[in-house]
Amino acid sequence: MNYTFDFGPVLEGFPNLLWGCLGTLGLALGGMALAIVIGVGGVVLRDSRFQPLRWLTIAFVEVIRNTPFLVQIYFIFFALPLAGILLNPTATAVIALGVNGGAYAIEIIRGGVQSINKGQIEAGLALGLRKSVVFRVIVLKPALRAIYPSLTSQFVLLTLTTSIASAVSAYELTSVAKRIESDSFRSFEVYGTITLMYLVMSWLVMVILNFISSRYFNYPTK
Amino acid sequence: MGKAEFLFLLKGLQWTIALSAVAFVCGTFTGLGVALMRTSGFRLLERATAGYIALFQGTPLLMQLFVVYYGLALYGLKLDAWVAIAIGFTLHASAYLGEIWRGAIEAVPRGQVEAARALSLGYVSRMKDVILPQALRISLPATIGFLVQLIKGTSLAAFVGFTELSRAGSMVSNQIFKPLLVFGIVGVIYFIICWPLSLYGARLERQFAAATR
Repeated sequence: MNYTFDFGPVLEGFPNLLWGCLGTLGLALGGMALAIVIGVGGVVLRDSRFQPLRWLTIAFVEVIRNTPFLVQIYFIFFALPLAGILLNPTATAVIALGVNGGAYAIEIIRGGVQSINKGQIEAGLALGLRKSVVFRVIVLKPALRAIYPSLTSQFVLLTLTTSIASAVSAYELTSVAKRIESDSFRSFEVYGTITLMYLVMSWLVMVILNFISSRYFNYPTK
Repeated sequence: MGKAEFLFLLKGLQWTIALSAVAFVCGTFTGLGVALMRTSGFRLLERATAGYIALFQGTPLLMQLFVVYYGLALYGLKLDAWVAIAIGFTLHASAYLGEIWRGAIEAVPRGQVEAARALSLGYVSRMKDVILPQALRISLPATIGFLVQLIKGTSLAAFVGFTELSRAGSMVSNQIFKPLLVFGIVGVIYFIICWPLSLYGARLERQFAAATR
């Protein structure tokens, strides 16, 4: 191997790479928030009394889970302007990530909701709690607690998926790295470095999500 | 979109399937190796494979492809682009399959290992005849789930200029300026391949849940 490593361009672009990391974390955070909204909304629709809505939700989940994210983000990228919605690539990427993560979240959260004992809901209603309160406190919170580990790994995956958003040149780490690479041709050094950055970020997301769970879900169940 | 464009997409599909198949088959062998090392009882081997798995599960597939693709080129290996990409996907698959099968091997009831030991079966026979057949059954739904993940993942080969289905889609879309139509069709093709696999995986999972209840 007669190749001399040159991390000069990487060091030079390091501040930009760190900004890219922030961009990635921002994308991931936006995607997660949207995924939770779609996930919870989808669970409600999935079990709605109106059959077409149920079918539509099932179709949405199956289509998203069985097509690549790259194709989804391209599709959304070109579809939104036609629908009259003009957004910059980064906002488009957040929507694509949210839609993708949301489909998985629907399945995950539904599993949790189904694990709730019917008697609990009836007890809540018998105590005169409003339906919305029953859903929030008796169904949703314990359900989220039950499926939190799966949701965490799905969200770590979502954080890693943000790198694909570079296909529509959203502002995140991979597109920043691409720019440095095309200026310096130091492909291996650049991508090797940001691979480690991704490793740190996925670890960070996991630690933060676990911290939230230890605070929010830390109550006795028996 | 004319017939020529559609045939071009199908040609891309061929590569998608070939790449998925190569990565899955090679990944099966290396993944089995990873799973066996991960459960071997030798601390050093277990730590090393745990690190390997954590590395591949903690970084984006796209970066793994980039690093392998450009890394192999550094060594002056004159490989075909698609061989380099296949190596990248194989490494990815071996980490994920290794982790799935580690879980499955550990899920086989302990009594089975002890009974095999009591019958003085050696390691090879114990694994081949007792543990792995049961582990395979346990791991099948997750393995199929990963296969779907892998097929979808091959779309990322487009980033290093490999013309599989997704990149064929981008090229056609750039030619005829109908991105929604083209990516819609590309999505449908992926769906037709992945959906039956997903359904089969879900069915196996239900059967297994019913059998162990």
